[in-house]
Amino acid sequence: MANFLFYFFALLALVSAGLVVVSKNPVNAALGLLLSLVGVAGLFVLLNAALLAFVLLLVYAGAVVALFLFIIMLLDTRLEPSKPSPRLTLIAATLGGALLVVGVLSLNQRAILLAGGASGTGPTLKHYAEQLFTTYLLPVQLVGFLLLIAMLGVIVLSKKSDQAEETL
Amino acid sequence: MIIDLPHYLLLSAVLFVLGFFGVLLRKNTLVIYMCLELMLIAATIALAAFSHFNDTLDGNVFVFFILTIAAAEVAVGLAIIVALFRQRGTVQVEALNHLRH
Repeated sequence: MANFLFYFFALLALVSAGLVVVSKNPVNAALGLLLSLVGVAGLFVLLNAALLAFVLLLVYAGAVVALFLFIIMLLDTRLEPSKPSPRLTLIAATLGGALLVVGVLSLNQRAILLAGGASGTGPTLKHYAEQLFTTYLLPVQLVGFLLLIAMLGVIVLSKKSDQAEETL
Repeated sequence: MIIDLPHYLLLSAVLFVLGFFGVLLRKNTLVIYMCLELMLIAATIALAAFSHFNDTLDGNVFVFFILTIAAAEVAVGLAIIVALFRQRGTVQVEALNHLRH
């Protein structure tokens, strides 16, 4: 059963990721991203990290994809026919991708990977809280500060372009 | 056949490569940005899988941080894209070549 679920969610994630890459319409790409995220959330549940799956759906599917869709509507981009990529880009893409897959394959063949300790129930919210507020306390504070900076940055960015439009 | 770490790593690598292809081959800045998000997600799969199969929590905590950073990054990036669109009236990367030598 777990095998079937793994293959199902993996296929869902990969096929919809392919949809993101090939679809002409940005709206279709955003919806493909959404489906891919659902697949990845399923994989997180299989990895005993249900909390992460929940956060992924909440933050990514709830906020990020909705933001993408809003921006697509706002920008009203037409489907412009674009020139095919230069050959150098194609070669670089193929080489880079092949290198990464070969690297992971050789890791699988040669490296000594620990065979699943995989305890039964998986971590609960309490375990996460313990880690976040002891070992990772400083990073948590830094990330909070970074979110504040990002918020200020977004406000400044959108304000500046307004003023630029007024002066034009 | 039991599903273990190599399966998850391979899946993560393939997903990463798909995102990488998208970043290199697509012309619309918004779609390029979505493909960047795909690459981040692929990395989180690998982290969660390592964490699960080594019976630690550190990888999962890192996934938490990645999700937070990604949310901030998307907000700033989309604001930049909107500002760019207002300035130039397009988001196609071929049209944005003013820094070309």
